[in-house]
Amino acid sequence: MMVPAHDRMTASSVTRASRLAVPILRGEHAPLLVGVVPLIFLGVLFLLPVAQLLAMSVEGGSFAHFEKALATKLYVDVFFDTLVIAATVTSISLVLAYPVAYVLSTASPRWLLVGLIFLMLPFWTSILVRTYAWMILLGRNGLLNQALLGSGLAHTPVPLLYNTTGVLIGMVHVLLPYMVFPIYSAMLRVEPDLLRAAQGLGAPGIQVLRRVYLPLTMPGVIAGCSLVFILSLGFYITPALLGGGRVIMIAVLIEQQVRQFLEWGFASALSIILLVAAVLFYLLMNVLGGERTT
Amino acid sequence: MPPRDAAAGTTSQPQAAVSGPAPLLGAQGVAKTYGSVTALESVDVSVGDGEILTILGPSGSGKTTLLKIVAGFELPDAGSVVLGGQDITYASPAARGIGMVFQNYALFPHMKVADNIAFPLEMRRVGRDEIRRRVGEALELVGLAGYDARLPRQLSGGQQQRVALARAIVFRPRLLLLDEPFGALDRKLREQMQLEVKRLQRQLGIAALFVTHDQEEALVLSDRIAVMSRGRIEQIALPAEIYARPANRFVADFIGESNIFRARVTAVHGDRLEAECEGQVKAVVRGATPRRGGSDIALVIRPEAPRRLDDGETAENIMTGTVAEVIYLGDAVKYVLRLEQGGELVVRWPYLQSRRTLGVGEPVRVGWAGDLVHVVDWN
Repeated sequence: MMVPAHDRMTASSVTRASRLAVPILRGEHAPLLVGVVPLIFLGVLFLLPVAQLLAMSVEGGSFAHFEKALATKLYVDVFFDTLVIAATVTSISLVLAYPVAYVLSTASPRWLLVGLIFLMLPFWTSILVRTYAWMILLGRNGLLNQALLGSGLAHTPVPLLYNTTGVLIGMVHVLLPYMVFPIYSAMLRVEPDLLRAAQGLGAPGIQVLRRVYLPLTMPGVIAGCSLVFILSLGFYITPALLGGGRVIMIAVLIEQQVRQFLEWGFASALSIILLVAAVLFYLLMNVLGGERTT
Repeated sequence: MPPRDAAAGTTSQPQAAVSGPAPLLGAQGVAKTYGSVTALESVDVSVGDGEILTILGPSGSGKTTLLKIVAGFELPDAGSVVLGGQDITYASPAARGIGMVFQNYALFPHMKVADNIAFPLEMRRVGRDEIRRRVGEALELVGLAGYDARLPRQLSGGQQQRVALARAIVFRPRLLLLDEPFGALDRKLREQMQLEVKRLQRQLGIAALFVTHDQEEALVLSDRIAVMSRGRIEQIALPAEIYARPANRFVADFIGESNIFRARVTAVHGDRLEAECEGQVKAVVRGATPRRGGSDIALVIRPEAPRRLDDGETAENIMTGTVAEVIYLGDAVKYVLRLEQGGELVVRWPYLQSRRTLGVGEPVRVGWAGDLVHVVDWN
């Protein structure tokens, strides 16, 4: 995954590998050789389709599809909603993930294992199963509403499904681990003595957090936010099912264009715009992350 | 190991005379266990105003635990810590007002040098102009004027150490804690920093509690040394006292190089003891605390005590053997002698160009006066 923290890690492991006493491949072109297979793989399975997509989006040499996508209020609204949902999912995930990552980073090995299993459980479950499970929980007569009504906390069923709330809940659930892990690994790298030093120098807990811990874990936060935000932009199944057709995100729109209207050209244009947005966001986060580390 | 008579040795040392009646820092009966491991076993220690007390011990002796309890990063299971008349046993680290230099300096990597040093002042809500002035002063004090805008990783190890020191003293703490702060420096720089720390500490009149496993460092820096092992303080005394009169076998073995012989007291004439080592070798000791006849003792002989005897020359104590190893130390030569009676004796003599260095296998006779032998209980 292409996030700043990971970039640095691979860079350092490459230099470490090149210092190995016995090189696996000899010769100055050896690194090139190693790269050939992944390059072919990426070229055939990723770059080629993207190029095709690009070609389709400008079919007949016209930018009509892009004009339609960027000038029609309906589509601009969908883009805007997608960005808002992605930003909201990212914020909620961050608020939930930071304490979770902290607890994990300070947990004993046994509790760490328990925590990691709970965190990974959604990863190992099919996204469809998870989404349907949420439908059972969040529905009008779902478990949650029954509990709310039964306990008298609510008098009418709370709308949790087929709206933005449902989509947010489902997406946060799926994406939380992507936020927790980068932050967790950043927290592991914080030297405990730095926190002790801050305390010893007179900083109360809140200042230790604000002045030392948060800045030092910021690379993890930036990496996690990049991941979750970019993944959110292209989310499809969860908004399609939990949104019930009422929450249209860009991926849902693209699917409609292809499946219902066979508008391949327009769908390609939307995809390219999504890709560009993701790349731009990634670059932005990279710059932010870079500022912190230099 | 059987319990040794450490407590008697410790309390008999003239400790109160040095630290005065009301020490700045007093730790009493401090104990700490981690699970089934006893890190500290009822430790008493005090630091007087302006004094440097060194806690010296091998790793795992509990010295770092003691430091953490004083700093407030760990809470003791029992005992109390008093600083300037105030009980701070359970006070938060932030409330203690103690400056600390960490083993790896613990400089905030995301803050510039000036911001690192300003941190404790900002936490105390000192005004901005005052902060700038005091940060400048502190930097000057440690010889780093003009380094304000650097990041810690742009500094050398010695410079980082200076910044850490500046940060620890800029808020004028009553007590400075130093946790093996010189370990990461090369020898020359280490010696330079040791002297510098001592100069600063004197200049500012701050009391310091210094933890190290390096005895040379302890001897250079300290007003008093507390030797720790296995969660206990074995001896607290002046550096010279610790070296010349170790309280027990552990201290004798740990501080400096010692030849330790097990012996049994055969005769007592006032402060003159006669004892018998293994191999029926007779030993004479003068000036030791009186022992009962037949008691088991350890004779502690520093490598510089024996001198080489010429033919016909005698001494109160004589041993003979052959040279097994020759180690050239620059200003001195160290010989490992294989003794006739069995066992080895390490001697160290100043290197003199006029005197021929002995070769391996050469027979040698050494002797020393009875007052150069220090006696501790064997147990």
